[in-house]
Amino acid sequence: MIDTIRSLGRWSLNLFERLGCGSIFLLRVLVGLGSLVTRPRLVVRELYSVGVLSLLIILVSGLFVGMVLGLQGFVTLSKFGAENSLGVVVALSLVRELGPVVAALLFAGRAGSALTAEIGLMKATEQLSGMEMMAVDPVKRVVAPRFLAGFIAMPLLAAIFSAVGVFGGMFVGVGLLGVDSGSYWSQMQAVVDLHADIYNGIIKSLVFGFVATWIAVYEGYDATPTSEGVSRATTRTVVNTALAVLGLDFMLTALMFGNPS
Amino acid sequence: MNTRTQEILVGLFVAAGFAALFTLAMRVSNLSQLDTGGGYQVNAFFQNIGGLKVGAPVTISGVTIGRVSRIWYNPKQYKAEVTMDIAPSQDYLPKDTSASIYTAGLLGEQYLALEPGGSLQNLKDGDVIHFTQSALLLEEIVGDLLARMTTK
Repeated sequence: MIDTIRSLGRWSLNLFERLGCGSIFLLRVLVGLGSLVTRPRLVVRELYSVGVLSLLIILVSGLFVGMVLGLQGFVTLSKFGAENSLGVVVALSLVRELGPVVAALLFAGRAGSALTAEIGLMKATEQLSGMEMMAVDPVKRVVAPRFLAGFIAMPLLAAIFSAVGVFGGMFVGVGLLGVDSGSYWSQMQAVVDLHADIYNGIIKSLVFGFVATWIAVYEGYDATPTSEGVSRATTRTVVNTALAVLGLDFMLTALMFGNPS
Repeated sequence: MNTRTQEILVGLFVAAGFAALFTLAMRVSNLSQLDTGGGYQVNAFFQNIGGLKVGAPVTISGVTIGRVSRIWYNPKQYKAEVTMDIAPSQDYLPKDTSASIYTAGLLGEQYLALEPGGSLQNLKDGDVIHFTQSALLLEEIVGDLLARMTTK
């Protein structure tokens, strides 16, 4: 009984310690971002590994999610005779929720875990301490470019996901199920609001990108420098990012869309 | 993969991302229908505006020529005052134009429909539309129907 309470206390203290450590680390990374102005090559290389290499999974997932939305939306809407509103259903679901959230989860799985493994392995093979010996700040040299690349790539990936999804929905709805092409686009354009929906979606993906990349680089930097430690850190990245993204999504949705006028 | 190819691919990736954002803004959202400003404002008083909201379309013969920009209660007139922005190219509305609040479809949003009158002078910025028809309220219709059925 006492043991349970003791381990619960230990667990919560650990949680707060990691949170605090992560926040201090985030401050170091943000300060280190300034040095990137003179070294854009580093960011470009990280953008390649984080953004370009994630494109395939984002494109394919976006296409299939859009197609499924088109199919499911059509099935339900046709019960009310409202099939021509399919464009509204697909576009709103993607731009408001699925685009930022699913793209963030895929990003965490593909790019986040890669970032954690890379930095963790650098720590395990003592490359980070080697850099410190040479008076090169590893946070500025290794972590900051990856953080900036993740932050830049996330909203772009989410936008690509949403755009491809809308076209996927159109392919299924208009092409296969007989929804009128003109109604698909015109109703969507009448309902989807630039400020309320698209800007809010972009803000969401910026927040998710910030959090996902922060968790990824922190777990990598804080990993136990053994092979088991690196693998544990990688799984922790994916799990913690998923929890954080979904929790933040609820809070952001409540803030942004919670009060219908 | 050499640096130059990497940089080209990153450039393409960022361009694709911005193209997607642009597509979303232009083709998916209502950007093309947003006000470009520069229109003129006309006021109208209604007994009851029903579910009319700011941003609702102002139509004439079904064609949207403007948007509702402001709705408030005027305590001096004891009526609701609606201000609408009409596109600058639509300056042919006669002074005795009438405004009614209709519902688009059965459960759709409410909008303002204008019907031109026969006056030779046109509405200008700041003018008031005097002939208005309030929104049809479901409760009033039901109450009316019940009253008629019970008095017969």
